[in-house]
Amino acid sequence: MSTYFHSVELEVDKCCGCTNCLKRCPTEAIRIREGKAHILSERCIDCGECIRVCPHHAKKAHSAELEDIKKFKYNVAIPAPALYGQFNNLDNVNIALTGLKAIGFDEVFEVSRAAELVSEATRKLIKAGKVEKPVISSACPAVVRLIKIRFPELCSNVLPLLAPIEVAAKTARKEAIERTGLKSEDIGVFFITPCPAKVTEIHTPNSVEKSACNGAIGISRIYPELTKAMDHLEHIESLSRSGLIGIGWATSGGESAGILRDKYLAADGIENVIRILEELEDEHIRDVDFVELNACSGGCVGGVLTVENPYVAQARIQKLRKYLPVTMNHLENDDMDNMNWENELQFDADIFRLSDDIFKAMEMMDKMENICKDLPGLDCGSCGSPTCRAMAEDIVKGNAKETDCIHKLKAQIQKVYDQLKDTL
Amino acid sequence: MSAIHLHYEVSGDDFTRAGEASGSVKKRLKSLGFDPDAIRRVAIAMYEAEINMVIHAEGGYCDVDIYPDKVEILLADKGPGIPDVDKAMQEGFSTAPDNVRNLGFGAGMGLPNIKKYTDEMRIETTIGVGTNLYLTVNVNNN
Repeated sequence: MSTYFHSVELEVDKCCGCTNCLKRCPTEAIRIREGKAHILSERCIDCGECIRVCPHHAKKAHSAELEDIKKFKYNVAIPAPALYGQFNNLDNVNIALTGLKAIGFDEVFEVSRAAELVSEATRKLIKAGKVEKPVISSACPAVVRLIKIRFPELCSNVLPLLAPIEVAAKTARKEAIERTGLKSEDIGVFFITPCPAKVTEIHTPNSVEKSACNGAIGISRIYPELTKAMDHLEHIESLSRSGLIGIGWATSGGESAGILRDKYLAADGIENVIRILEELEDEHIRDVDFVELNACSGGCVGGVLTVENPYVAQARIQKLRKYLPVTMNHLENDDMDNMNWENELQFDADIFRLSDDIFKAMEMMDKMENICKDLPGLDCGSCGSPTCRAMAEDIVKGNAKETDCIHKLKAQIQKVYDQLKDTL
Repeated sequence: MSAIHLHYEVSGDDFTRAGEASGSVKKRLKSLGFDPDAIRRVAIAMYEAEINMVIHAEGGYCDVDIYPDKVEILLADKGPGIPDVDKAMQEGFSTAPDNVRNLGFGAGMGLPNIKKYTDEMRIETTIGVGTNLYLTVNVNNN
């Protein structure tokens, strides 16, 4: 099995082996072994739920730092629109954008500009009927990865267009080369990210060979420096070129609104997303053209690398969008060709199946069903697996034993005690 | 090897719980690495049948046997029985009450859909006694 890069990491010293992350991981990708959490790399989709729920802050997202821009001669920041919702009383997006220049970037290029192009391209694709309906958004990398490992029948419904961040990075890089005359390797393009899934996506993209981004810096990581710089700006540059469609992408429902059709559905929060995917797979959801799915509650403003409450951020973004034109970016010439995926989304069958030999898999499942009948069914997580069923699976795979279940162990001890008592 | 046998009780009074059995079977077939198209057909057919049990028969039970090359399903209820099976098989024919239709069910596509998604379908029904629905989905697991 190939190795996977993940931006979600465990700080072993801080982990006390509690079951908070274990119980909340939507893909059952965590086990507690020898008192510490372990991430099953191939199952992790970098949604960040474990970071959100860990009371000991033992999970963290690996993201780039502001220092990293020193490696390049010229740097472009490409901020997610979620950034605009992070500041109290911000009435002009340009203050945040000028702030980014003040902390070291040479240029900024808003991801929301590319989002408007993706919206237009999506409208065209849906109109042309080129993708199986309902078309599922490909903007949230955690969702795309989830579909790739769990929903084989839905892979062909995923919108085969690059996410706005990748389109923005490509354009920003091209413009920077033209402007400076520098080589591509001298130009750093950094995404200002609300979530760890984007960090992973830049490192190991789902749909292109190599990302045009050099890294992603968490919003929360630069927040103190950025707010300080924003407070001391000498003049505010007019940098923003986004309309309300582009900036709307920051929150759940924003991308759907950009489709300019009524038959859409927008779900957010990973559990809700999974429920919708299950129903889509069983064809219970009909009469919908477009499905927008965001792993985080509230959409990108709910990412674990943001600082503000997602609903507060959402309210601020609504206010900021109010007087903007609908859209300020339009597809030109070969724009659309540059947005296509390089690689088709392929279902990764190995992740959840028990064995690639169907007879062996059936034998294992038979054993699992029997083991399950014998387990208490409390799903307490004390054994280190998230549910009794997951534990049964771990046992047949040779990764756990029945006495890891404290209830089984207790019963065994009781039995030995009773036997001893009788012999005395 | 012999089949994997699964048994589910289908609750009769709760729409929100219909789909529990088909969801559980779907999850198991995925971990067995079954052909995705066959999994989808099993899940859809079973769900429709579960809904039928909730609407018409106040629940019942469901037995599933998973073989390497097919999935056999029995859905049994002690409901009122189907008076005219041929009519029930017609698209759009439904005896579902209005409150059920308001929820988006009862469009008269249940049995026709089940037939469409399965390779074999057999109905044993007796008025006042109940209905047994036997389904087979053949699976090509290459």
